[in-house]
Amino acid sequence: MAFKLTINQQTVSVDASPETPLLWVLRDKLQLKGAKFGCGEGFCGACTVLMGGHAIRSCMTPVSSAVGQSIMTVEGLSPDGSHPVQKAWQEVDVPQCGYCQSGQILTAVALLASNPHPTDGQIDDAMSNNLCRCGTYTRIREAIHQAADAAATTAAVPAKQK
Amino acid sequence: MQIEMEAMKQPKIKALKMERREFLQLTALAGGGLLLRSFIGTPALAQGRAAAPALSPMAFIRIAADGTVTIMAKNPEIGQGIRTALPMLIAEELDVDWKSVRVEQADLDETKYGSQSSGGSTSIPNNWEPLRRVGAAGRQLLLNAAAQTWGVPVAECSTASGRVLHAASKRSLGYGELAAMAATLTPPDPATVPMKDPKDYKIVGHSQAGCDNLALVTGKPQFGIDVDMPGLLHAVFQKCPVYGGRVKSANLDAVLKMPGVRQAFVVEGSVKPGAVDTSGALEPGVAIVADMWWQAEQARKSLRVDWDQTGCLLQNSKDIAKQAEALSQQPPANTVRHEGDAETALKSSAHVLEAAYTYPFIAHATLEPQGTTASFKDGKLEMWTTSQSPGRGVSGAARILGIPAENITVHLRRAGGGFGRRLTNDFMVEAAWIAKTAGVPVKLLWSREDDFGHDSFRPGGFQYLKAGLDSSGKLVAWRHHFVTFGEGSRTASSADLAQDNFPAGYITNYALYMTPMPLWLKTGALRAPGHNAHAFVVESFLDELATAAGKDPLAFRLALLRDTSTSAGQAAAAPRPPSNRPDSRLNPSRMQGVLELVAEKSNWANRKRAPGTGMGIASWFCHLGYFAIVTEVTVNASNQVHVNKVWAAGDVGSQIINPRAAENMVQGGFIDGMSQMNQEITLANGAVEQTHFNQHAMLRMRQAPSQIEIYWNKTNYPTTGLGEPGLPPILPALTNAIFAATGKRIRSLPMSGSGFSWV
Repeated sequence: MAFKLTINQQTVSVDASPETPLLWVLRDKLQLKGAKFGCGEGFCGACTVLMGGHAIRSCMTPVSSAVGQSIMTVEGLSPDGSHPVQKAWQEVDVPQCGYCQSGQILTAVALLASNPHPTDGQIDDAMSNNLCRCGTYTRIREAIHQAADAAATTAAVPAKQK
Repeated sequence: MQIEMEAMKQPKIKALKMERREFLQLTALAGGGLLLRSFIGTPALAQGRAAAPALSPMAFIRIAADGTVTIMAKNPEIGQGIRTALPMLIAEELDVDWKSVRVEQADLDETKYGSQSSGGSTSIPNNWEPLRRVGAAGRQLLLNAAAQTWGVPVAECSTASGRVLHAASKRSLGYGELAAMAATLTPPDPATVPMKDPKDYKIVGHSQAGCDNLALVTGKPQFGIDVDMPGLLHAVFQKCPVYGGRVKSANLDAVLKMPGVRQAFVVEGSVKPGAVDTSGALEPGVAIVADMWWQAEQARKSLRVDWDQTGCLLQNSKDIAKQAEALSQQPPANTVRHEGDAETALKSSAHVLEAAYTYPFIAHATLEPQGTTASFKDGKLEMWTTSQSPGRGVSGAARILGIPAENITVHLRRAGGGFGRRLTNDFMVEAAWIAKTAGVPVKLLWSREDDFGHDSFRPGGFQYLKAGLDSSGKLVAWRHHFVTFGEGSRTASSADLAQDNFPAGYITNYALYMTPMPLWLKTGALRAPGHNAHAFVVESFLDELATAAGKDPLAFRLALLRDTSTSAGQAAAAPRPPSNRPDSRLNPSRMQGVLELVAEKSNWANRKRAPGTGMGIASWFCHLGYFAIVTEVTVNASNQVHVNKVWAAGDVGSQIINPRAAENMVQGGFIDGMSQMNQEITLANGAVEQTHFNQHAMLRMRQAPSQIEIYWNKTNYPTTGLGEPGLPPILPALTNAIFAATGKRIRSLPMSGSGFSWV
């Protein structure tokens, strides 16, 4: 069955059965490999993408329910890793194996969109459903603070000086 | 130095001659680049030990005309950061700027690159010397090229940032400009090529961001699961929930009717009935091959298999625990080590302490499940794998397919976590077999349920300890009965306890016994195998003894390490010949060094806290590294534990190659150890009961320690690895802190059994 999806602000058409999880449509039909398969049951968060700005589990979201929604994958944040969260992740040297990081980054993006200056506790609450087997949590927290501070600094600079 | 040369006809090499061309085969690249291929042998060892076998020839450095330097990363990357660290070693001695370096993953070719296994924290100690020599040899070649170009003595030339300089005439040339000329020259002997003084390092010892960070944060395909190609099909492989169960019948016809399914077939496997094979043999099962993995996985839900479990043991965890308890009451089956007379000394000790420590089977639970992509055509096999030991995987695949190993090409992919799981190559031989049978390229991916059900588990264990203190509180007797898994005098994979496991040798009267129980389950190496359990047991029990003796746990440990009357103390005091090879025996002065450093940094002397908060200390030596850890925890009325702070002192020799990455690893090891304290795999009727992360919990961000401080005690010893040594002591550092906070001992894992949880 054909579905029209809006992924990273582009409209694409995919052919899949309606119950196919969005994760596998992204990975196998659209060659967007950023979202990962970790468990298929929503426990780990490796498949996290944004739908309408909210973090969702693409492994448990049938493609049919993604129609008419705006989907953002990690590939859509920037063409070159320059999104503030991506930059912070690189500057803080967050990844070890890296497998969970697409999901972590998107969850952090959603957090900062709704709460530009989160406390450690608020970061913990927002991020604690994204598992990191390598244990990069300390770095992730640091990177989120750094991205938040960078956004604040950018916002504080008057337009003509940018 | 022993060097094994592929094309060498002359047996001996005395001086720089044409034969040296065999050392560094040079190939001029189209466009004027230089391909440097080095034949490296490991340096001659200290007297008394045979020289290690020479590494086979390597090809590591490619310099383009524009000066871009491509350096090959030889080992599989599982998140331990050696894709960055190993090229850093080459780049340093080559004397180029790190920002001019591109890293490329080497294919499997151990005659070219040497051993390409990632495990045992060996990547750094095994490559620290040889890869620096590769870089230094490359630099020398470029110096020689410049000297010839200018007609000046090479001794007047120097290098900096990828350029050769001749100060006297104020001339310089970039490596890219010299590459073509360098390709025509006779290369130097890597064994004698001059290397940098470590104080001149610009790359090594300075933090470099992971070389793949940009690709990872932008979602580029890096992992085994990300492999894709035209015509690729996807496979699931259903095995019997009990190890080794064979297929009697299966409803393949029904499965073939499911959407997207192309093939479904039975796999006989190569494991012999009546034996658990942990070497990566092919287990029996049913393969389903489909257009999309998800379709194969859906089709699996319709699969019905009648399994033949003849010869399989159907075990239950509860029965195993009862059996261990019964065996602990009987004379042990094997004596592993015996010094003095522990039994008699215990009878005359002023104070005797007895404790049973137990810990469960746990799973690796790498976030990327196991799998491999394989393509078989015209008698040749090509694989894309996340294996940590791809060379062994090739042997297994060659055997099962009946083809020569030379017909197998393996590309190494980044793994979403390894932790030792990917040293067992079951997924490689499965993919090879399925691809050959299917006749098309196939990506095999295990589901999470497969991954939990068919792990190579960290074995559980049952340790029965009895120790005696004299009237001054000195530890004088130690009896250790390890009830484990195995048969006769042999233990199952990773189910052993080494005869030099601390505190062996440090107590005058010491006895270590082992009694095996049968086990019908695959076991294998999990990050710091053996040590991830033994440190918990020994260092928690030592804390109990220190408390019983009324002594500071730090002072109690230091007293053991400083006692020169014991066999280990005497061995430590004896002079050792100098060596550039790491020593696998515990060096008590290095252990004292990290204990004293962590005590200072944590202000251990003032560790008293209000009730409900406490500090604990532990130390351990494994995989050539020394770690001492202090933790502070707060435990609430519901026995929920929060880790306020961790202080760690580590000694892995003279260099921390990539400091920020090293800290990341050690922090991760603490979080891993905390997760391990809460996990459990149980057997019922021979099958593993746990299937998902909610049944085998990994630590979450909110549970991670609030603060972690890591201090390096740099000592004048060869540089060693960090994947594992930081993990084992975190468990007892935490159990000991929990005791300090609550007065309760945790002798059994998972700690939920004692009512504790992380918060």
